[in-house]
Amino acid sequence: MTVPLDEALLRGLVPGVLGVLVRRGVDFAAAEDAVQEALVEAVRVWPADPPRDPKGWLVTVAWRRFLDATRSDAARRRREERVEEEPVPGPSGELDDSLQLYFLCAHPSLSPSSAVALTLRAVGGLTTRQIAEAYLVPEATMAQRISRAKRTIAGARLDRPGDVATVLRVLYLVFNEGYSGDVDLVAEAIRLARQLRAALDHPEVAGLLALMLLHSARRAARTAPDGSLVPLASQDRGRWDPAAIAEGVQILQTALSRDRLGEYQAQAAIAALHADAASAEETDWVQILEWYDELVRLTDSPVVRLNRVVAVAEADGSRAGLAALAELDPGLPRYAAVAAYLHERDGAPVTAARLYAEAARAATTLPERDHLTRQAARLNAQLT
Amino acid sequence: MAKYLLLKHYRGAPAAVNDVSMDHWSPEEVTAHIQYMNDFAAKLEEAGEYVDGQALAPDGMWVRYDGEGRPPVTDGPFAETKDLIAGFMIIDVDGPERAVELAGELSAAPGKDGKPIHEWLEVRPLYGEPSLVTE
Repeated sequence: MTVPLDEALLRGLVPGVLGVLVRRGVDFAAAEDAVQEALVEAVRVWPADPPRDPKGWLVTVAWRRFLDATRSDAARRRREERVEEEPVPGPSGELDDSLQLYFLCAHPSLSPSSAVALTLRAVGGLTTRQIAEAYLVPEATMAQRISRAKRTIAGARLDRPGDVATVLRVLYLVFNEGYSGDVDLVAEAIRLARQLRAALDHPEVAGLLALMLLHSARRAARTAPDGSLVPLASQDRGRWDPAAIAEGVQILQTALSRDRLGEYQAQAAIAALHADAASAEETDWVQILEWYDELVRLTDSPVVRLNRVVAVAEADGSRAGLAALAELDPGLPRYAAVAAYLHERDGAPVTAARLYAEAARAATTLPERDHLTRQAARLNAQLT
Repeated sequence: MAKYLLLKHYRGAPAAVNDVSMDHWSPEEVTAHIQYMNDFAAKLEEAGEYVDGQALAPDGMWVRYDGEGRPPVTDGPFAETKDLIAGFMIIDVDGPERAVELAGELSAAPGKDGKPIHEWLEVRPLYGEPSLVTE
């Protein structure tokens, strides 16, 4: 009899197993390789012969793989002797272990793409091939990116507390910047954020998880069957995922009640207000604008200021929006798209059509370009 | 994380600084040039930034649809075509600054007298995926 493999359960064990090996004195790069091999073995063996103690099984196999690798490499003999002489401690505080891994894989010395790749492999337990497919690069390239990342952090110590903001940024990138392939990076980012929240009691971790849940809840509604983008105001809200929204809102409320506001909580609050509106017309733009003011205060980001302009227009009218827009740098990404939207609302379709076409030329993704082109075409058709 | 296409032109780019056509180099200079290109690709792969690269033969033709039930019309090649692509490389890097840095390095490939060609390379971003967080 075979039992279907619970891949999420398997991959959830990865940080803990890796942590045990590192505690036993195995260097991070070698431990990570050994855990990957144990995972491959688990996928092969478990369906026919499921272990009673999955984590213990993985630790045993990974440890053996590490010893095999060390033995097969004569040049490493000295290190092998050193490690084998060391007493093997029992499983230690496993939450601590996995937490250290998050920090290590988001180490500030890593480039964003390296930190993302390493996190997905060492914390997420994905294979190099899966990560390569998710980012549309050859497997050899991704393998190099990961081994380079491991070399970069080779000197970093696991027991030094890191900056939680760097970890959150990496998870946010996984959530927001992947391609849609076999591996669902959105689901993976949510899983990793959940796991992090279990290990680290921090309102911004909760804020990021809430933000992810609230945005992924709208995922099915944001794309039409033909693949085109459906803007928030036109989405069929009946297709939003109410369970994800409820969970996101609940996590956010708990986080906000601790009165340690941060940018992810503020972003999640904006997403929650959108989720709360039964129709686009019922959106509480006044409150959303207040949250944007908080977000500007927290981040001082030009992109946030540009998004805030839309909220100004919705709350106080398109003239107020255009006045707020005039204070921003026209070189900002999506500036022309926001300007086009405001001019159309302000009853200037000729200007709006020109700006939509300009925005389409500046778009960085195909669905956005096509959406903006259609907007320009729609206005131009009305004008002729 | 963004992908860029580095385009190398036979014709159509602004004139390079060391602008001597390859058939007027010494054979050793040609070999050194090719070696530089191969080393560059290998270095990119080692850095985890390489996606693809191909050289294109200069001969080609124009093809267009000619109506229902009719074979496509072909024409050319036209010797006077202004823009002719020699090859491309696709890279996956952290941002535009890195793409420019790498293109600059590629443009330094040695040519006549072993000196950098300083040729103009075209750098074009590929479209990415729309992000999920939109407001």
